[in-house]
Amino acid sequence: MNGYNFAYLDEGTKRMIRRALLKAVAIPGHQVPFGSREMPLAYGWGTGGIQVTAAVIGQADVLKVIDQGSDETTNAVNIRRFFARTTESRTTERTADATIIQTRHRIPERPLTEAQILVYQVPQPEPLFKLEARRRETLKLHAFAEYGLMNVKLYEDIAQWGRIDTAYDYPVLVHGRHVMSPSPIPSFDNPKMHRMPALQLFGAGREKRLYAVPPYTDVKSLDFEDHPFRIEPQGHACELCGCTTSYLDEVLTDEGATLWSCSDADHCREQQEKRE
Amino acid sequence: MYIAVKGGEQAIAASLQLLASARRGDDAVPELGADQLREQLRLGVDRVMAEASLYDPDLAALALKQARGDTIEAVFLLRAYRTTLPRLGFSVPVDTTRMRVKRRVSGIFKDVPGGQLLGPSFDYTQRLLDFELARPGVAVKPVLRAAFEADPNAPLCSPIDALAAQGLIEPCVPSAGDPEPPDITRDPPAHPMPRSARLQMLARADEGWVLGMGYSTQRGYAYTHPFAGEIRHGAVPLEIVPDELGFAIEIGEIELTDCQMVNQFAGSATQPPQFTRGQGLVFGHGERKAMAMSLVDRVMRADEFDEQVTSPAQDSEFVLSHGDNVEASGFVQHLKLPHYVTFESELQLVRALREERLP
Repeated sequence: MNGYNFAYLDEGTKRMIRRALLKAVAIPGHQVPFGSREMPLAYGWGTGGIQVTAAVIGQADVLKVIDQGSDETTNAVNIRRFFARTTESRTTERTADATIIQTRHRIPERPLTEAQILVYQVPQPEPLFKLEARRRETLKLHAFAEYGLMNVKLYEDIAQWGRIDTAYDYPVLVHGRHVMSPSPIPSFDNPKMHRMPALQLFGAGREKRLYAVPPYTDVKSLDFEDHPFRIEPQGHACELCGCTTSYLDEVLTDEGATLWSCSDADHCREQQEKRE
Repeated sequence: MYIAVKGGEQAIAASLQLLASARRGDDAVPELGADQLREQLRLGVDRVMAEASLYDPDLAALALKQARGDTIEAVFLLRAYRTTLPRLGFSVPVDTTRMRVKRRVSGIFKDVPGGQLLGPSFDYTQRLLDFELARPGVAVKPVLRAAFEADPNAPLCSPIDALAAQGLIEPCVPSAGDPEPPDITRDPPAHPMPRSARLQMLARADEGWVLGMGYSTQRGYAYTHPFAGEIRHGAVPLEIVPDELGFAIEIGEIELTDCQMVNQFAGSATQPPQFTRGQGLVFGHGERKAMAMSLVDRVMRADEFDEQVTSPAQDSEFVLSHGDNVEASGFVQHLKLPHYVTFESELQLVRALREERLP
């Protein structure tokens, strides 16, 4: 694009981000501060994910962008347009064809491979922020692996509700060391992070933090021996492709009915093609 | 298939067209030029420059026009442009005693060396709507500029200098060791921040936020016992030292508003009591912001004076993390984005909990 460097950011900035990413990969789940730049997209709308993607994308890459599992939601369209304008890279809506997938709030249903990178947009990288808002304090809690606050919170949930009352952004323990926010994905998606062959990168632009989960790393959703983490089945099948194992959207139709359909649009397409 | 928020590309294109049309308004009314905004809505332009941390009146005016007059959106536009600019070097610290003042007032002495200069100010306008302004073409009386301005060649000393000479107020000196200040636009924040970083954050923070925080210190939420030592506004020369030359050369001027607040005295067993300072400095003509900033700066220095931190405005991590209006505006408004996946998981949870509880 005229007047701008490849992928918008200048090479010096990309190098700075890549260095931060290398550190993040070396310490799985640890939040690495980085010199987050102001992007031509609003904070909270994917500025961290965009900077990470811009730092790792090359001309041979094929980019897929999803929001809520869909390539067609307006913000996903906007971010895909941004990279189409600022790089020569191809874009795709097919999970299988992508080398980089930038996502907000979902992990694709199709298992990812070693040849792929999953970039998460993260609104709040600090998993402890509801328990301790001061970042100068949470820094120490992570340094000492002092996660008692979180355990008490989960225990209190069970005492009050009989279960852990977190349905998304469910905290995980990475590589047995750092408690990490998986970003606001539904807890349904958490098990997909465990020993995933693809590299998982997380970018929080406004909060100026990056973190990473290297391929094949242990990612355990926090729980207790007598209250193990589990996924609640939604109790429906996709009405478009018949899939019973995917995460479903509950769509209210004009007629006042409810349509259950896959949130992962590309997965739904694949399943429909298989049926035909 | 019916999916409410899908169908992106066309919807975005149509929305952009509607925005352009709304920006233009009724085309029977002549279009505004960015130069008109720069000249006639200058305080709005100044605020955009201050909160965007970019001194460029033409681009700020353009941003204000493009943003339909929405200050925060204009700040956002200018910041997104600023971030693409190369960093060529650093200026020499500006010296506000060399300011060609358009306005200079002090609240601590009846008269001050160089005189009190009211300059252009809303302060004594009586705030009556001027219906004459609704009719175009009313000529403005010519102003005798020379009568208002002090000798531009002589440094204009501050009334605080005399206090400092007598040791009655803390000296204005760099921090111990004069460390290079962090660049808040490049370095991620690490709390607690040094004063040099706090002042940078405050200088670009939202005016309304800083005003409210400063105001709270006057109402008992921390107290600084402030006096307006001096407020000055005008143009200061900007100098750089190129490596090839080794000495400073002037590359232009920027307009600034500088507020020096004289505050609560402090003293100890080893240190005789003296007044302390709070500082406010912003691009353009922004007295309200500069004054509020100086109040907040002072209360955030609690650790230097062994003062108790009891009030919101003293909590620098809280104040500084939430004063950036581009960050705040983006994150508050990101709630407009689809959240139906996370909402669905929450919905399931509430349904399950209700099933267990309901008879």
